[in-house]
Amino acid sequence: MDAILEFVQLIFTDYTLRTVTLGAMILGLVSGLLGSFAVLRKQSLLGDAMSHAALPGVVIAFILTGSKAPLVLMLGALAAGWLGALLVQLVTEQTRIKQDSALGIVLAVFFGFGLVLLTWVQRQGSANQSGLDTFLFGRAAALVMSDVWAMAGVGGAGLLLVLLFWKEFKLLSFDPDFAATLGFPVGLLNVALTTLIVVAVVIGLQTVGVVLMSAMIVAPAAAARQWTDRLDRMVLLAALFGALAGISGALISSLSRGLPTGPTVVLCVSTLVGFSLLFAPNRGLVGAWLRQRHNRRQLRRAAVLETLYQLAISHGDAAEVASAHAHQLGALLAAMPGVDVRRTLDVLESEGLARPSTGDRWALTPAGADQARQSLARFTRHSPDELPIRPIALTSAGEVIK
Amino acid sequence: MPGQRNGSPPIHIEDLTVAYREEPVLWDVDLDVPEGTLMAIVGPNGAGKSTLIKTILGLIQPAAGQVRIYDRSYTEQRSLVAYVPQRGSVDWDFPTNALDVVMMGRYGHLGWLKRPGPTERKLALDALTKVGMQEYAGRQISQLSGGQQQRVFLARALVQDAQIYLMDEPFQGVDATTEKAIITVLRELRAAGRTVVVVHHDLETVPEYFDHVLLLNVRAIATGPVAEIFTPANLRRTYGGHMDMLLARDGELTPGGGSNGRHS
Repeated sequence: MDAILEFVQLIFTDYTLRTVTLGAMILGLVSGLLGSFAVLRKQSLLGDAMSHAALPGVVIAFILTGSKAPLVLMLGALAAGWLGALLVQLVTEQTRIKQDSALGIVLAVFFGFGLVLLTWVQRQGSANQSGLDTFLFGRAAALVMSDVWAMAGVGGAGLLLVLLFWKEFKLLSFDPDFAATLGFPVGLLNVALTTLIVVAVVIGLQTVGVVLMSAMIVAPAAAARQWTDRLDRMVLLAALFGALAGISGALISSLSRGLPTGPTVVLCVSTLVGFSLLFAPNRGLVGAWLRQRHNRRQLRRAAVLETLYQLAISHGDAAEVASAHAHQLGALLAAMPGVDVRRTLDVLESEGLARPSTGDRWALTPAGADQARQSLARFTRHSPDELPIRPIALTSAGEVIK
Repeated sequence: MPGQRNGSPPIHIEDLTVAYREEPVLWDVDLDVPEGTLMAIVGPNGAGKSTLIKTILGLIQPAAGQVRIYDRSYTEQRSLVAYVPQRGSVDWDFPTNALDVVMMGRYGHLGWLKRPGPTERKLALDALTKVGMQEYAGRQISQLSGGQQQRVFLARALVQDAQIYLMDEPFQGVDATTEKAIITVLRELRAAGRTVVVVHHDLETVPEYFDHVLLLNVRAIATGPVAEIFTPANLRRTYGGHMDMLLARDGELTPGGGSNGRHS
């Protein structure tokens, strides 16, 4: 307990830890929020291409200004990322190359160019250049408060734009053609939304790096989509997930010397995605699997009940006395190939709907006969009194005559 | 800027040519849609039916020719025009519900920055009621059947409260309930003096549902009242050999009901 308190205290007192945690939180918040629109517009990969495309922008900004001030490098990244997005759009529209290929081409060309520039700058031997390579994988530990302020400023501007143009961005994401017929400048809004995604990328470069940044764009939104069917809640949740991953990633990596912050944040957000994919109530895999299993069991149960009932009736019992007649398990098994009759009978017994009789024989209880009638009526859409009975004939040995 | 009506026809198209790369999709199309009519656009696949609608709406720029809405440009008159796109043109897994989609029809009237409020909610609910979908207002749109989704799109166009309605295959792949609901709404619109233009695939129902028809196959083959224009000869000119086959199999296609050539 003391250790935890001490750790919490450290977050508020230790400069580096506080800065890194704040930075990672803002990064997660902004990329989750803005990434939601990228995911909904099926532009997840655009984030990846743009983050890679940002690298040459960072290096060129440094070469031109000789400065490593966060705002200068961010502007360089912004310009290059934006140019990359523009190129993707141009190639997609003007040539027969599809968008996925265009994204791949732009990503590779820009990133390769960025690496060449980076290596060249490093070979120049200027002491000042050291630290540029952190943009590849990010180095959160190098964050200072002015970086965090820059991130907060740029992110806040993005947030403000989303709030102001919420209705327009929503319509554009759902039905751009319709938006155009209403007179909204779809081209301009497209550019605005794309720019916002570049903004999110740029904010994360120092912390997470160009290689892993796309995960921060896509993952919080993908996780959030699992939990809600409303856009406002999804965007809010994505921002929360991003922030949560940022904070927990920063804290976890501070626990041990060897853990890099950026990749740890990405692992945290991936854990959130995995958890959401599995356990979200409606869209989750586990929920779907459980629902399916439940449905199958219900159907199997109804089928065994029905067969017991019809066996009884075909033996000449009146429907009322169906419960009095026990049947050979073999007859049941023969009548219902492919159904685990034994297990279902056990379930029915525990529910008081069937009872075992002497010599591996089974019969319906009155309650079971009642249920069988009801479920038959439901499945065949008849009233319980006028059920179509499909008689099952048995040989003297208890085998079903087909 | 609010649109204006005057003595001119709702839609006037002159020498319209649209091309993707070298291939013309529409060639020298002339068309006048009279006020208060229910017009079907009919033609084979690739005839340019959707392209024509999208060009009227300014979504596609023509290579030549012009579109006039009450003798003005679409941009000036867009508040008079409502659009029902093809159902497959959007992702129905988008996180929103039916009511919210219908309210989008009011965004144009709201303009920038203003959020939809109680007024828009009320209008949207009324429109959903008109298409028999009031019970589904809060339903996530992916949980709706195809026909219900189509009715949501129709409701969205209804809240636009327009003078001209352009619809791209609203009857495509819908159930009988939806088809009935849609045609009822279309007739109500016509009764209220609105002009409705519908891209339609089912030749069989043309005489029953529509009063005017445009037969289109890149060129405008024929246009006018269904009783005069929807003839086997004109259909043959529109569909070519394919139609001959249909006619040979199904017997004569007669305008004004009882026709039986179904184009698939």
